[in-house]
Amino acid sequence: MELFRSQVLICGGTGCSSSGSGELIRLFEEKIAENGLDKEIKVVRTGCFGLCQAGPVVIVYPEGTFYSRVKAEDVEEIVTEHLLKGRPVSRLEYKDKTVQSNVEKSLEEIGFYKKQKRIALRNCGRIDPENIDEYIAFDGYKALAKVLTSMTPEQVIDEVTRSGLRGRGGAGFPTGKKWLFAYNSKNEQKYVACNADEGDPGAFMDRSVLEGDPHAVIEAMAIAGYAIGASEGYIYVRAEYPIAVKRLNVAIGQAREYGLLGKNIFESGFNFDLHIRLGAGAFVCGEETALMASVEGKRGEPRVRPPFPAVKGLFGKPTVLNNVETYANICQIILNGADWFASMGTEKSKGTKVFALGGKIVNTGLVEIPMGTTLREIIFDIGGGIPNGKKFKAAQTGGPSGGCIPAEHLDVPIDYDNLIAIGSMMGSGGMIVMDEDNCMVDIARFFLDFTVDESCGKCTPCRIGTRRMLEILERIVSGKGEDGDIEKLETLARNIKATALCGLGQTAPNPVLSTLHYFRDEYEAHIKEKRCPAHHCNALLNFEITDKCRGCTLCARNCPVGAITGTVKEKHVIDVKKCIKCGACMEKCKFGAIIKK
Amino acid sequence: MKTLAELEAIRQKTLDRVGLRVDKDGARIVVGMATCGIAAGARPVLLSFVEEVKKQGAENVTVSQTGCVGMCRLEPMVDVYVPGKEKVTYVKMKPDMVERIVKEHIIGGNPVYEYTIGAAEQSK
Repeated sequence: MELFRSQVLICGGTGCSSSGSGELIRLFEEKIAENGLDKEIKVVRTGCFGLCQAGPVVIVYPEGTFYSRVKAEDVEEIVTEHLLKGRPVSRLEYKDKTVQSNVEKSLEEIGFYKKQKRIALRNCGRIDPENIDEYIAFDGYKALAKVLTSMTPEQVIDEVTRSGLRGRGGAGFPTGKKWLFAYNSKNEQKYVACNADEGDPGAFMDRSVLEGDPHAVIEAMAIAGYAIGASEGYIYVRAEYPIAVKRLNVAIGQAREYGLLGKNIFESGFNFDLHIRLGAGAFVCGEETALMASVEGKRGEPRVRPPFPAVKGLFGKPTVLNNVETYANICQIILNGADWFASMGTEKSKGTKVFALGGKIVNTGLVEIPMGTTLREIIFDIGGGIPNGKKFKAAQTGGPSGGCIPAEHLDVPIDYDNLIAIGSMMGSGGMIVMDEDNCMVDIARFFLDFTVDESCGKCTPCRIGTRRMLEILERIVSGKGEDGDIEKLETLARNIKATALCGLGQTAPNPVLSTLHYFRDEYEAHIKEKRCPAHHCNALLNFEITDKCRGCTLCARNCPVGAITGTVKEKHVIDVKKCIKCGACMEKCKFGAIIKK
Repeated sequence: MKTLAELEAIRQKTLDRVGLRVDKDGARIVVGMATCGIAAGARPVLLSFVEEVKKQGAENVTVSQTGCVGMCRLEPMVDVYVPGKEKVTYVKMKPDMVERIVKEHIIGGNPVYEYTIGAAEQSK
């Protein structure tokens, strides 16, 4: 066994890979060898660290030095200065905006990580996901061993039930109860399935777990199999996640080789194996009945429930279907006990939740926080606040099924029930932050546009109803809104919610309803005054040239419709009647003289 | 793999490799590794520490490196931080001095005085 005095961990998640971490890994190995350090220092490719904004991320242990935005040309300096001579390259160290000091920053000291509690993400960024030994070193497969050698299926289900874990896919159904239903369904063949068809715009926690810690999901599925009496499992994962698919395949192969999947695991007589099915990216396939149809090779369309999957699921057999993040919590619950898990969170929502922060926020990335943390803490303490000194307007959670949370609810502790009470929902955990420049009507239009695209077309309310709603919204943002549009939207929304077949349709009107609830004045301004208060909807704006104009003629030369007139060195004028509001002049102006009003 | 013991064996074997990444609150051994330290032979000293800590089974210990503290004539220098105790600085280190420091100081809790900076300065 070689001993390494230092290790360089480089993020190999999707975010950092696309900003060039693959090249960095190769360069680090090359430079380390060039300096004769390859016997002492090891380079490890890990999963996502969460701070995607600062990628590619490189961490040097044992110091825990956190380098961000590392470029190929920086590698030599890190190797010769830090690795060879022990002088961290401060220029590249992550600078925390909340702390004004040049103190060497290690991972735990950074504000982004301080308030986090990483359970589902505990191994992401810490282990090499393609190495089963590293997973085992961090207590991997210990939970499966414990379950198989010392617990009955009833005890496993009881432990999960008492932990208070609820489905992390968004609806929040108690996981233990789901397992108990499947356990009680008598059948010779049962299945365990994993929903990795993460489709909410802006959510990527499932991808990160699969990329950074695939064995955690495999182990948990085997535990679920033992609990309900299933010997086979399916992971339904999007084909758009190539890195996750590859690592899952590697991990399943390694687990089989070690006998942790297959026949007679730990000589307990328990058999379990896994299959991967790739989804083609249809949003509706995240709905459980549509997902199972797709696994079976049928068209991905939902069906009426009941019967629920626990009674009649995959291939007509009782099935437990959980989300990736739900599974990622299971092994920790088994190892640390239900009481440990239940000690975190709020009364009805236990443990932690991973959120994908996106939109107008400084630290775009992945965070895991205890339930009950407030939106303010997530956005301002962990997320670093709103960039460019703008004002917070709303946060969108729950994707196309959720809603917008306005500033007045910033201090509500986040859990399943509180989010529903304020008109949004947990969803899979996408959190899109919006500032004063975002038009709420346009946000509602964006999400409706998404659902209209993704509606499978099986039921009328969703297929036709959402399209009618979208048409009205498009009319409003293009300045053609009419009296009564808001009422029409509300009636349609109520009917769709009440009559759509599956979750996709039933929740599709939520973005409209929540923005109507909190930002009705913006809808009214669009319709009655033909004005967009956020200065976002181009059709409702007029471009104007201010006194800053130097008369350089650049705008006039670039206007595609000849709407700008004026002589050299004198202020130009836009003819609003001719202007098509394309914004080309504003982009070209070097003096910031053109504004939207 | 069929037994818990086999799983535990893999865990122990790999822990040596990933142990660096676990947060430690135990002793820290910091070796001066600037140009002066390296020229004076700090690299073999650092590697001996890594090996000796492993060999003697000292747990919860971090071996790390640092830059130049300015007393280049005394390099290779090694600082040992034991929680709750004062920092001890060893100077003019050689690999054969490492075994005693790990045994007597890191595990035993008694600094090896004749290797410390105090002793070196007195004997001048």
